[in-house]
Amino acid sequence: MVDFKRSILMPVLVILVCLGIDYVVPEIFNPYLQTLIAYSGINIILAVSLNLVNGFTGQFSIGHAGFMAAGAYMSAFLTMTFPHWAGPIVGLNFFFNTIAGGLLAAAAGFAVGLPSLRLKGDYLAIVTLGFGEIIRVVLLNIEAVGGARGMYGIHHSASIFWTGFWVFICCFTVTRLMNSTHGRAFLSVREDEIAAESMGVDTTKYKVRAFVISSFFAGVAGSIFAHYLCYLNPSSFAFMKSIDVVVMVVLGGMGSISGSFVAAIIITLLPEALRPLQEITTIDFRMVIYSLTLIVLMLTKPQGLFGELEISDLFRKYVKRHS
Amino acid sequence: MSNVILEAKDVSIKFGGLVAVSQFNMKLVGGELAGLIGPNGAGKTTLFNMLTGVYQPTSGAISFLGEPIKGVKPFDLSKRGISRTFQNIRLFKGLSVLDNIRIAAHQHTHYSMVEALLISQRMKREEKTALDQAMDLLKIFNLENRALEIAGSLPYGQQRRLEILRALATKPKVVMLDEPAAGMNHSETHSLMDTISAIRKRFGVTVLLIEHDMKLVMGICERILVLDHGVTICEGNPSKIQKDPKVIEAYLGSAATSETKN
Amino acid sequence: MEAFLQHIINGVSLGSIYALIALGYTMVYGILQLINFAHSDVYMIGAFIGFYSARWLNVSDAPGYGSFFSVLFIAMIGCSILGFTIERLAYRPLRKAPKLNALITAIGVSLFLEYSGQIVFGATPQVFPNILEDSIVATFGEVRVTKFDATILITTFALMLILRHIIQHTKLGKAMRATSFNGPWASLMGINVDRIISMTFVIGSALAAAGGILVGIKYPKIEPLMGVMIGLKAFVAAVLGGIGNIAGAVLGALIMGLAEEFVVGYGASTYRDALAFGILIIILLFKPAGLLGKFTVEKV
Repeated sequence: MVDFKRSILMPVLVILVCLGIDYVVPEIFNPYLQTLIAYSGINIILAVSLNLVNGFTGQFSIGHAGFMAAGAYMSAFLTMTFPHWAGPIVGLNFFFNTIAGGLLAAAAGFAVGLPSLRLKGDYLAIVTLGFGEIIRVVLLNIEAVGGARGMYGIHHSASIFWTGFWVFICCFTVTRLMNSTHGRAFLSVREDEIAAESMGVDTTKYKVRAFVISSFFAGVAGSIFAHYLCYLNPSSFAFMKSIDVVVMVVLGGMGSISGSFVAAIIITLLPEALRPLQEITTIDFRMVIYSLTLIVLMLTKPQGLFGELEISDLFRKYVKRHS
Repeated sequence: MSNVILEAKDVSIKFGGLVAVSQFNMKLVGGELAGLIGPNGAGKTTLFNMLTGVYQPTSGAISFLGEPIKGVKPFDLSKRGISRTFQNIRLFKGLSVLDNIRIAAHQHTHYSMVEALLISQRMKREEKTALDQAMDLLKIFNLENRALEIAGSLPYGQQRRLEILRALATKPKVVMLDEPAAGMNHSETHSLMDTISAIRKRFGVTVLLIEHDMKLVMGICERILVLDHGVTICEGNPSKIQKDPKVIEAYLGSAATSETKN
Repeated sequence: MEAFLQHIINGVSLGSIYALIALGYTMVYGILQLINFAHSDVYMIGAFIGFYSARWLNVSDAPGYGSFFSVLFIAMIGCSILGFTIERLAYRPLRKAPKLNALITAIGVSLFLEYSGQIVFGATPQVFPNILEDSIVATFGEVRVTKFDATILITTFALMLILRHIIQHTKLGKAMRATSFNGPWASLMGINVDRIISMTFVIGSALAAAGGILVGIKYPKIEPLMGVMIGLKAFVAAVLGGIGNIAGAVLGALIMGLAEEFVVGYGASTYRDALAFGILIIILLFKPAGLLGKFTVEKV
């Protein structure tokens, strides 16, 4: 039925590797570094999933944090209200709650995807931004999830294993899709909507699909975030968080999964790497340097770090040059 | 005239106050090669856009294979068998030549997104078929060794050919070519004429083409419609068109007609 | 009824401040198709220039129109120079790059201004100097018009008249309209497009500075992140009216100001920040290019 080696054996192997990492990481890294690893993972999921909409399908969404918030709150709410609904195993509950969070976010993505059928470019961007802000303000006003105070004491279910697991699922999904006829349909929407439509691609359907899949993973990232930090506050999902993710996508290269992956790690670690500087000067220069880096990179490397290429492409080029 | 494949009845379209096409009638017979000519701004491309679902006519009806196509979206029309090229080449410029063709074949693959994740047998089979057929098509146009190049980097003439090829890859019943020879030099146009005749024979498609190059139109079209200011002014075989005073007037102005009369 | 009229006055006052900022967004967008994220921070800098120049002029405790206008003038000049510099250093090199790059750069500039602001001005809010004393200038029954509201309204109105004059009746304005209509063609007609773009930034930034001062006198707490939310709303106002359209920006801003005032006035204040976007989404669903924008169908 299915390709055993690539679609069953490989995921199983990856899961085993994640389990191994989960076992090894706490032995080697201190809690601070572990948190950084988890945050990198969350940002990778966000960046790779947003790349599906912004990079591959050529739409322009700047409201990813809203979907993340939807997923985070949904899953955290389930964990708090029904701690053991899926049985005694914590991980299993977390797994299902994460999927529930992802599904809610996907539903929100569907709702945003629909107006995108009529709106183009910056108008779409501003609607996604607005939608993200509305989700945040609505959360601020729901007392059941803590309102402005936020939500405390969420069970710490998200381990390095689960982060790695979902990073893998996200990258796997996007890579596989992009290597199929569906991926080419996404690309055709980006390249020329009218031509795509004339060639038999239902551009409406593919735009909505891109939004739904991308939001699902944003929700998943939110769930991991909630269950790692154990605390949620609507202000974590403000407009700046969405912008952060867009920056990762552009910095890595629109339409490059590896690019998003690497850029997400850089953006997560850069402020931390600059921390010693802050300690020496006692002034918080980090964000100033971050913003300057951003400007300089855009001026000098407009295609992002990877352009549209993947690591495998670069590797192939390298091998070609040296053989 | 029994096997009419595409029919337009009293089709008109207005943009604001401007009547771009007025009371247009046409019957396209299966297998024929018809041409649509007329001066700039006559409404030819607008007509194409209506026939392919990009614009909806203000009044009148279009039917394809006997079914009305009012409100049918372009992608759906493509699936039913209408394909086209564009006046100002609309390739997927950032993608490879091969992917351009494979996107046109998207409608012939049926595996789902889940199957794409799991790499099902059906996916493998359909992907292989799509790849093989794309390569076969590229071979006909001698583009097979350019398969992995970026479409936007091809020379102009080859981009035009690739666009025709892409239109054919949807496996259409009717293919509409919007100025396929625009910007081509004499010899390129000549080889394009051969190609169009050849693909018509090979794929058995009906061809409707807009063209300014009279040599091309007169050389290969069996039937020609002449459009001016949104109105059909003449219809018939090339020799009839060449002699028609209204056509000459439309192209050269009324002074020319009076000269020919004298 | 009186409460209603009072809300109208407050709403128009708030809306006209949004309008001053929205104009900068819409003018830059009209010419470059760039969402100039840094614009809201130019507004913030405007408020801080006001803060420091009042100290420097020694008018912090000498309220009056003399102090107000001199501070306003200095802030407008200062922000014009800032706007010019930003365009020159950060945006001009990206003129031919993909739109998204310019956008990310704009975000970078915005972050840079905000965080350098936190270092230079301090992150805690500062009290804006008392350069104008509030009083009630007119009462209609229970409805009161304060000196602040009157000043805000008259100043914005005057600035908009000047802007209108520049755009409609000067050579610069004609060149701006031409560039906005079609940049490459305008340059073929002998218009120095780079200069026009610079001037657009200069004018837009000056208006933002005026907004900063007016907000400073009415809501006298200023801090480096003060531009974020108001900038977002002003931008939404510009989109609402049809981005690139100057009259649209003013209309959108007034709608925003009024809607916000009424929502707060009638008790749903916690939803205030969502409201702007709610209105925007609803309007865009029906008019995809905003209230006064033209929806262009792509030519096939």
